[in-house]
Amino acid sequence: MEEIISVKDLSFTYPDGRQVLKKINMAVERGETVAIIGPNGAGKSTLLLHFNGILHTNGAVRVLGQKLNEDTLRGIRARVGLVFQNPDDQLFSPTVFDDVAFGPINMGLSAAAVRRAVEAALASVGMTGYEQRSPHHLSLGEKKRIAVATVLSMSPEILVLDEPTSNLDPRSRGSLARLLNNLAVTKIIATHDLELVRAICPRTVVMDEGRVVVDGATGRILDDAQLLWASGLAAEEAAAL
Amino acid sequence: MKHSFLDQYSDRDSFGHRLDPRVKFLLVLLFILCVVLTPPGSWTGFALYFGLIAGLILISRLPPGYVIKRSLLVVPFVLLIAVFVPFFKEGEPVASYSIWAWQVTVTKEGLQVLGNILVKAWLSMLGLVWLTATTKITNLLHALEKLHLPGVMVMIMAFMYRYIFVIVDETMRMRQARDSRNFGGSRMRQLRTVGNMIGTLFIRSYERSERVYTAMVSRGFDGQSRTLDRLRLRKSDAFFGISVGVFLVLTCVASLTFFY
Repeated sequence: MEEIISVKDLSFTYPDGRQVLKKINMAVERGETVAIIGPNGAGKSTLLLHFNGILHTNGAVRVLGQKLNEDTLRGIRARVGLVFQNPDDQLFSPTVFDDVAFGPINMGLSAAAVRRAVEAALASVGMTGYEQRSPHHLSLGEKKRIAVATVLSMSPEILVLDEPTSNLDPRSRGSLARLLNNLAVTKIIATHDLELVRAICPRTVVMDEGRVVVDGATGRILDDAQLLWASGLAAEEAAAL
Repeated sequence: MKHSFLDQYSDRDSFGHRLDPRVKFLLVLLFILCVVLTPPGSWTGFALYFGLIAGLILISRLPPGYVIKRSLLVVPFVLLIAVFVPFFKEGEPVASYSIWAWQVTVTKEGLQVLGNILVKAWLSMLGLVWLTATTKITNLLHALEKLHLPGVMVMIMAFMYRYIFVIVDETMRMRQARDSRNFGGSRMRQLRTVGNMIGTLFIRSYERSERVYTAMVSRGFDGQSRTLDRLRLRKSDAFFGISVGVFLVLTCVASLTFFY
């Protein structure tokens, strides 16, 4: 299997002195769907920002076999689609079309290719016909789908999602999960939604206080009530046996 | 929440709505320029301008009540500035009043200047109302871009259009949160709360702008704004634009020479 993302001894400290990542080691292979779970403030979002070089430290992260640096950034960002948690941050254009077309246009595609990419991306999230709508007239569920489309239009090889199902009602959550499951790309999903993890991610990485606590098969991790409690993912402590 | 009051009626269909937004923008700009250049007192000229804009509003099937209400919005502001002119302008007295110790005189010339300012402001507003009520803001922004307005300015306006409602909603939520915990208190304290809210709103918007920028950079943004061209200038657009433009210029020139 091809190693598509590899992280070696990644530590990261924000300018204000908070150390959020402490010697993270992990690798993702092509075609995998990996969940990153952990309590608030565990460093999940910060880790995701390293996968397309928004934050970068010398050589600790390799994406698609390349080291992240100023020369490779643009190329890597076109191949790693990052979907942010809040669709009001992700969707910044006056119309849905402009937003979905933003990435492809920046990649330098021709007008016809951009139109095709937008059409295909909207179709694959089930939002055909929304091109001329304004994002602020959409429901949250619709916004989240369009947010996924804005990176799908760049045909990325890796899809990185931050809390894709947060604040959604159960039905929208279910349909978004099915949608993600049908996308045949490598996916890395940071989430609190353990149902989503169980449904579509065979592998889970548990983070806590900037460290990887466990990395393994989802079923085994989610059935370990003691572990979930210890890393802040269960609401109540498991009854002592 | 639904917000459509910015470009209400712009999703209708009529000749005015189908006109190319670039043509409409340039025409309204020319219209305002001509109105402003027309000398005071040339009422024939103003009547012609009014006839033109009224005609445009009618063929665009805009409800007259809505247009008048919107166009009158600016009048109080103009009045506030211009209401003292009749008292200070030198000329033939029309009426004079004595208030306490002062003798105040209204002059004919002063009244004419006031009327002139009001008419010009109102006509210009009618033009702008017509423009925004027949053009979707997104198309208008695109037109400005095609007319080579600096990209940064168009982007600022686009962000304003995109985020104004997000910020309005945020303010409303903050106000609801405050009102649910507000049990009176002195005026001074309430003012302080409002100050804190404004500060919070500013910081939140600032942080949001950083997140939006990150989202843009993630999709290959490098400081250059690019959009697909989706406007096509038809013959009828050009023809209409040129004829109305010629009419405007002729009216303005005639006002400067004959009607005055």
